[in-house]
Amino acid sequence: MSILSASGPAGPAPVEVLATPARAGAVRRLLGNPVAVGALVWLVLIAVLAVLAPLLTSQSPTASKITEALAPVGGDHPLGTDGVGRDVWAQLLYGARTSLVGSLTVVVVALLLGLPAGVLAGYYRGWFDAVASWVASLLMALPAIIVLLVVLAQFGRSTALAMAVFGVIIAPGVFRLVRASVLAVREELFVDAARVAGLSDARIMRRHVLPVVVPPTVIQVSQLLGIAIVIQAGLEFLGLGSANQASWGGMLSDAFQNIYAQPRLLLWPGLAIVLTVTAFGLLGNALRDALGVSGRVPRVRRRGATTPPAVLPADEAAPAPAVDPDALLALGGLRVAYPGPDGTEREVVHGVSLTVRRGEVVGLVGESGSGKSQTAFAVLGLLPPEARTSAATMTFDGADLRGLSPAAMNRLRGRRIGYIPQEPMSNLDPSFTIGSQLTEPMRHHLGLSGAEARTRALALLDRVGIPDPARVFGSYPHQVSGGMAQRVLIAGAVSCDPDLLIADEPTTALDVTVQAEVLDLIRELQAERRLGVLLVTHDFGVVADVCDTVVVMREGRVVESAEAERLFADPQHEYTRMLLGSTLEDTPARGSLPASDLHPEEIAVPLPTAGGNR
Amino acid sequence: MSVPATTTAQPLLTVDQLVVDYPGRGWRQPPVRVLKSISLDIHPGETLGLVGESGSGKTTLGRAILGLAPVTGGEIRLGGQRISNLGKRDRRALSRDVQVVFQDPYTSLNPAMTVGDILTEPLLVTGSSRADAQRRVRDLLDQVRLPADAGTRLAREFSGGQRQRIAIARALTRDPKLVVCDEPVSALDLSTQARVLDLFIEIQERTGVAYLFVTHDLSVVRHISHRVAVMYRGELVETGDAAAVTTAPDHPYTRRLLLAAPVPDPGRQAERRAARHRLAAEQAAVAG
Repeated sequence: MSILSASGPAGPAPVEVLATPARAGAVRRLLGNPVAVGALVWLVLIAVLAVLAPLLTSQSPTASKITEALAPVGGDHPLGTDGVGRDVWAQLLYGARTSLVGSLTVVVVALLLGLPAGVLAGYYRGWFDAVASWVASLLMALPAIIVLLVVLAQFGRSTALAMAVFGVIIAPGVFRLVRASVLAVREELFVDAARVAGLSDARIMRRHVLPVVVPPTVIQVSQLLGIAIVIQAGLEFLGLGSANQASWGGMLSDAFQNIYAQPRLLLWPGLAIVLTVTAFGLLGNALRDALGVSGRVPRVRRRGATTPPAVLPADEAAPAPAVDPDALLALGGLRVAYPGPDGTEREVVHGVSLTVRRGEVVGLVGESGSGKSQTAFAVLGLLPPEARTSAATMTFDGADLRGLSPAAMNRLRGRRIGYIPQEPMSNLDPSFTIGSQLTEPMRHHLGLSGAEARTRALALLDRVGIPDPARVFGSYPHQVSGGMAQRVLIAGAVSCDPDLLIADEPTTALDVTVQAEVLDLIRELQAERRLGVLLVTHDFGVVADVCDTVVVMREGRVVESAEAERLFADPQHEYTRMLLGSTLEDTPARGSLPASDLHPEEIAVPLPTAGGNR
Repeated sequence: MSVPATTTAQPLLTVDQLVVDYPGRGWRQPPVRVLKSISLDIHPGETLGLVGESGSGKTTLGRAILGLAPVTGGEIRLGGQRISNLGKRDRRALSRDVQVVFQDPYTSLNPAMTVGDILTEPLLVTGSSRADAQRRVRDLLDQVRLPADAGTRLAREFSGGQRQRIAIARALTRDPKLVVCDEPVSALDLSTQARVLDLFIEIQERTGVAYLFVTHDLSVVRHISHRVAVMYRGELVETGDAAAVTTAPDHPYTRRLLLAAPVPDPGRQAERRAARHRLAAEQAAVAG
């Protein structure tokens, strides 16, 4: 069913258009788009012509004078007459009425059925959702044209009836879009908060749910209007429209019969249909752009091999620090800047220097916005393409990383620099098994055969403490827990025997007991292989657990860097002292409630016996 | 409400052998039991810290008290009145007494509404006049240390810590007796976290509100709680005085949890790590 799938859920993605804020901004963006303005001007013109039809022509669109058949342009007939002597200009004007009223009928019927049903099904779920979704699927499975032909054969030729029936057939498209949007917003915490605040369901739907549903629905309505015009013209072309009504489809049909005598007749209705349908389609696209740009469109970060940011040598003659001969990674005067919307550059990292020696764990600590992750990603060459990165020195094992080609950087990543990400789940591809994701880099970087890579991957999985390596090797990412997934990623990071590991908040997403085990693992692997590790974290507990050296960052600058022992014992910078002072570890417990009339038996809770552990 | 920060013998909230099942995924799957007979109570003006790892059911317990999770068995009582499995109308009436602050200040505030609208909404639905509601909003913004003009701005214009202050203000609009706080500081930066926690304590000391404070962080729970309850796989494994539970826990799981939390001091962390390895070896030996 091409008609339905064109407008169905495959259309605008509902979840991305959660962008209800800045509705005014959306209108401004729409009007700033020349294509949208063109489409709007055309549609308004058509609507005005349709409304003012009686003023613009004195001819009747349906009165045929056989004597004036196929009259040429001019005189009483500005566009001539058709095969039975009807005025073409009048037919075009009144046909616009028929088309617009017909497509509005489709949209109104589809909205009346689909919108409330979608909101109710999405919000309440349960039996109504089950029934409504079943009916929607049934309707979508019906061949629309055949249903229309049967209805028209049964009840006689009527454009209005046909369009109303078509509205019913196409309503599932609206229903499913609305339902999906409501399902997404219903999971938002602000809807829960509204419920706890004592708002009635009706009010929650009006204030919190509908504003989210409206933008995608508006976009879809625009597409539906265009589709309705095509369907309607098709029916009229077949002679199934109302007999006593001018229509663009009917004009086409007449023109087709006179295609040899007067081919010009095809031009006007053809142009009207094509331009109007195109205008609706373009308007829908422009609406999607205007409404979808703001808000939470997931940021797509291209990290293809095409344009990773080359790290440029710094402009100024920054005093390059004497490179430690033991240094694995030496970073001096690193700057990262992003182009702003007004053409100026906004610098987020202002000249960061740090050194990671072989066998040393360096903690890069700071609060959100301190530039710590930007620094780590700059070393990996994984910043978004628009980032401008420069450095006075940036060497890895003595080799200059600045100006390195993407291919050369790729050979370094994975092979000699391993990376452990923050979110284990989103860093494993759900459509491949863990085994294939583990072996691929080894085959690529080390040139191992499939069997060799498999043996090595199993050994690695065993090494990172996975109880049943063979089972995990064949599993998909969703089949293992978050802690397991992080172990798999650590196994992947060390699979090609790198010299440097870069870990970006590697335990933030994990439970504390799992975190402790993962930190143990990182520490063991690091000692075993004399790895240099750059560990990005916000947690001073993690720093105290694994780091030898600490670099504290704030607003893109290093405020202090020192050996871990000294930093905790004697922080020099005021900001470090403030951060360490904010940790709650050593604050006294709040103590019990001041009153003394708490009876112990009231708070006694039956302690379940713990499975034989005591 | 001006209840002094003292307790009476009568608990404010009683959770009595609460059982929560979630329907199984897929057709004819058996339901999943998320809470297995949980009993606890909270006194007026008290903070009960609820600690556990992901999947332990701590968030579900909070949601059941808020009426957002289905109660399969047992009962929840507020001031002696049953509040579990209430009808919609009764549940709405309860919104005066029981409120919530969620973890994620980015999704718990409607991005399309101004802070003023967010804060007046709970008042307007209960029949306050607009002028009264706006006066109350100014007062609330002052209480949570936000500038008075914050009301005219959209929630998304604020930083994480400020948003959480807005969420706290929303919870306080109608002087609740109990606020369920679901990990309200875990999305915040360290320095912000400490300030927001102090705001929670200050508000409690002034208004006598009680908190159920759900968190995974033992140091947070120790800072804010009078008593602590520890959850593990849908069961309450330990309840007691905050200082006792967070320094000398009784249950093996709580001990594991405590030793797993790293201390921001390399020397002491090395000791704690050694203690954790010893405990793990002991527990493995007992189990094996």
